[in-house]
Amino acid sequence: MSTDTDTESRSRLVTDAGYIAGAMLLLYIVFLILGTLQGYPLEGIISSLQRVTFLVAVYGLAVLALNLHWGYAGLFNIGVAGFMAVGVYTSIMLTAPVGASPPGLGLPLPIGIIGGMLASALVGLIAGLPALRLRSDYLAIMTVAVSEIIRFTYNSNTFSQYTGGASGFGSIPPSPIRELFLQDASSIISEPTALGAAVFGFMEFPGIGQLEIGRALTINIFSTLLIVVVLAAVYLFLVRAVNSPYGRVLKSIREDEVAAQSLGKNTSRFKLKTFMLGCALMGLAGIMWFGAIGQSSVYPNAFRPEITFYIFIALIIGGAGSNTGSVLGGALFAGLLFEAPPRVATILTDALGVTNAPDTIIGALGPIASGQLTPMLGFLLDNMSQLRFIFVGVLLIYLIQRRPEGLLGHRSEIAAATDLSVRPSQSKGGETDE
Amino acid sequence: MSDEPGPATTNIPDDVETPDELDPESHDSAVEEAAKRTPRGIPLRVDGLRKEFGGITAVDGASFQVEAGSLTGLIGPNGAGKSTTFNCITGVHTPTAGQVQFNGENITGLEPHEVANRGLVRTFQIARELEEMTVLENMMLAPKHQRGESVVRSVTPGLRRDVVSQEEELREEVWEMLEFFELDHIAEVEAGTLSGGQRKLLEMARALMTDPEMVLLDEPLAGVNPTLEEKLLERIHELREDGYTFLFVEHDMDIIMEHCEHIIVMHQGKVLAEGGADDIRNNEAVVEAYLGEDVS
Repeated sequence: MSTDTDTESRSRLVTDAGYIAGAMLLLYIVFLILGTLQGYPLEGIISSLQRVTFLVAVYGLAVLALNLHWGYAGLFNIGVAGFMAVGVYTSIMLTAPVGASPPGLGLPLPIGIIGGMLASALVGLIAGLPALRLRSDYLAIMTVAVSEIIRFTYNSNTFSQYTGGASGFGSIPPSPIRELFLQDASSIISEPTALGAAVFGFMEFPGIGQLEIGRALTINIFSTLLIVVVLAAVYLFLVRAVNSPYGRVLKSIREDEVAAQSLGKNTSRFKLKTFMLGCALMGLAGIMWFGAIGQSSVYPNAFRPEITFYIFIALIIGGAGSNTGSVLGGALFAGLLFEAPPRVATILTDALGVTNAPDTIIGALGPIASGQLTPMLGFLLDNMSQLRFIFVGVLLIYLIQRRPEGLLGHRSEIAAATDLSVRPSQSKGGETDE
Repeated sequence: MSDEPGPATTNIPDDVETPDELDPESHDSAVEEAAKRTPRGIPLRVDGLRKEFGGITAVDGASFQVEAGSLTGLIGPNGAGKSTTFNCITGVHTPTAGQVQFNGENITGLEPHEVANRGLVRTFQIARELEEMTVLENMMLAPKHQRGESVVRSVTPGLRRDVVSQEEELREEVWEMLEFFELDHIAEVEAGTLSGGQRKLLEMARALMTDPEMVLLDEPLAGVNPTLEEKLLERIHELREDGYTFLFVEHDMDIIMEHCEHIIVMHQGKVLAEGGADDIRNNEAVVEAYLGEDVS
C-alpha cells in the first residue's frame, strides 16, 4: 500500500518539477531574448539570468510561507513584509561585526539565520495571541498594523544606534559562498581557496576578461544556487507537513473552524502554531531576499506593505492551497510582471527612438490633440516601473473573475500521508481514478 | 442550582433553589447504578441550565438526563431553547448558570474541542461539511489524537512511518463507516458537491469517526428526503444497538414519538415534560404548548 502512495506522490512530484522547469525555461528564454535585444555582453546576460533566478527563489520562499497561512489555514496575514524585516534585521544584528556601526554581535551566520527565524516566530506569537482569537478580517488589520509598527520601529531615530534608523544596516555579512571561495572574503581579488580556485577555473567565461567580474558573477551564481537549495528544502518540508493529518486540520480550519472544533480539534493551538511556523519561514525568506546577494544595506523602507501585496498576487496567480502553485506563481510574477516590463520598456524606447519624453501626464496629453502620439508613448515607457503595477492590477481583476483558483489551485491536493482512495476491504487494485 | 426532574415523568421545573431531597438523591444513585451496568458509561446530566443573551433568557433552568445506550428525543416548538441547550452542552456557549455533567465529570464551560474529546460529539442543524475537502478527507479529519497532527512527526523521516501506519489503519475504518452509511461511491468527491441529505449522512458518519460515547444530533432529518430519512433513522437504531447513546433534537413530533424511547419536551427554555411517548401524548401541558397541534 505504501508503495502505491510513494509512486503516486512521486509521479506528482515529477509533474510539478516539470511545471517549474517549464516556467524557468520560459523565463530564461524571455530574458535571453531581452538581453540580446538590449545588446548586453555575455556577463550581462548571465547576470540577468542569475538575477531572475534569485528573484524567483526568494519570491518562492515568501509565497510558500504565505500559502501555509492563507492557502492552507485561511489565516489572512497581510503583514508578510514585517515578518521578513524582523528575520533579516535580527539575523544581521546577530552576525554583523562587533565593531561595525550599528554594531552586531559577530556571531556565525547559521546562528544568525536561526535567530532571525526564531525572532519572526516570536513576533508572530505576540501578534497572534490576541489576533488569532478574532475573526479573519481583524487578523488582517492586525497583521498589517504589526508590519507597519515593525517598519517604523526600525526606521525610528530613537533606536538608530542599534538599527541604523532610516539608512539601515550597511554591514551585511558576506555570502557564505564568498567565504568558501576566497581566503579573504572582503576582497574579490584576494587569493581563492582551493575550492574557489577550482570553481573559478571551471567557470571561466569566455569573453569576460576581468577577473573581478568573472569572480563576482561566479559567487553570485553560487549564492543564488544556495538560495534555490533552501527553497527546495522549504518546499519539501511544507509538502510533507501538509500532506498529513496536520494538513487536514489546517484545511478544516480554513473551511469551517466550528466544525473542526466540534470534532475535537484544538483550533486555536493549531492556528497559533501554524502562524508561528509561517512567520519563521517569512523571516527566512526575508534573510534570503534582503540579506544576501546584491544588497549593500538593509533599510526599513524596503519593507513597505506593497511587498506583501506582491507576494499575495503571486500566490493568487499560482493558486492558493498549492505549494507547487506557490513556487510557480512566485516565478511568473517575479519574472514576467516584476522584472521584465522595465526591460521591455527600455528596448521599445530605443527601438522607437523616443527621445525627450515629457515629464508629466499633461505634457504627454497635450500633443495628442495635434495627432502626435510619440510623447504619450515615451511618457508611458518612461514610467514603466510604475505602470507595471497597473498591469498587475488588471491581471488580478481578470484572475479573480475568470480563474479565482489560480494556475494550480483547482486541482485537489489531498491532505493525507497515504493514498486515501485505497479501499482495504474490497481492494480491487486498480480502482484509483487519479 | 440542582433542580431535579422527577424520575421519568412529567416535570414542570419550579425555580432554582430546590434543596436536595431524598427522592432525587435516590434517583441519582439508581441512574448511576444503571449506568455502571451498561457497558458505555454514565449518562449525560444537565442541571438547572440557564442561558441568557442580553435580556433574553433562552434556556431557563432546564434539567434532564440521558441514559446510556438510549435514543432520547428533545423536542419543543421553535424558540423553546433546544439548540441553545445543545450549544451549552457542547461548549459553543458558556451557560449563565447550571451545570452539565458527562460521565460524572463537570464539563460546564469547557471549550467545544474539549467536550468532543471526552466522547460527546454533535452534528449541526445546518450540516457543516468541509466543502473543499473530499468526503474521505472529511472523514479522516475526525479521529482523535492522530499522530500526524504534529508537524514534527509528519516531517521527520523516521517518525513519519508511524503517521503513515496509523493513517492506513484509520483509512480502513473510514471506508467501513462510509460503506455503512452508503457513502462509499462518492468518497472521492468534494463534500461541497453533495446533496443536502448526503451532507447529513456525512456529518453523522464523520462524528462517529471520533469514536464517541454519545452523539448529539441537531435536527439530522431537516432537508432530507423521505428515502434517505428512513435510511438515516435505520442507521441510528443500528448504532444505538451497538451501544452508542443519542440525544436527538427534532421538531417533527411524529418522528420523535415513533423512534425515541425517552422524550424531553422543552418550552420557553424550560423542561415541560419528560417520559415515554404515551406520557407525552397524554400530557396536557404539552398539548397546550403545541396549541392544538395533533400530538397523537
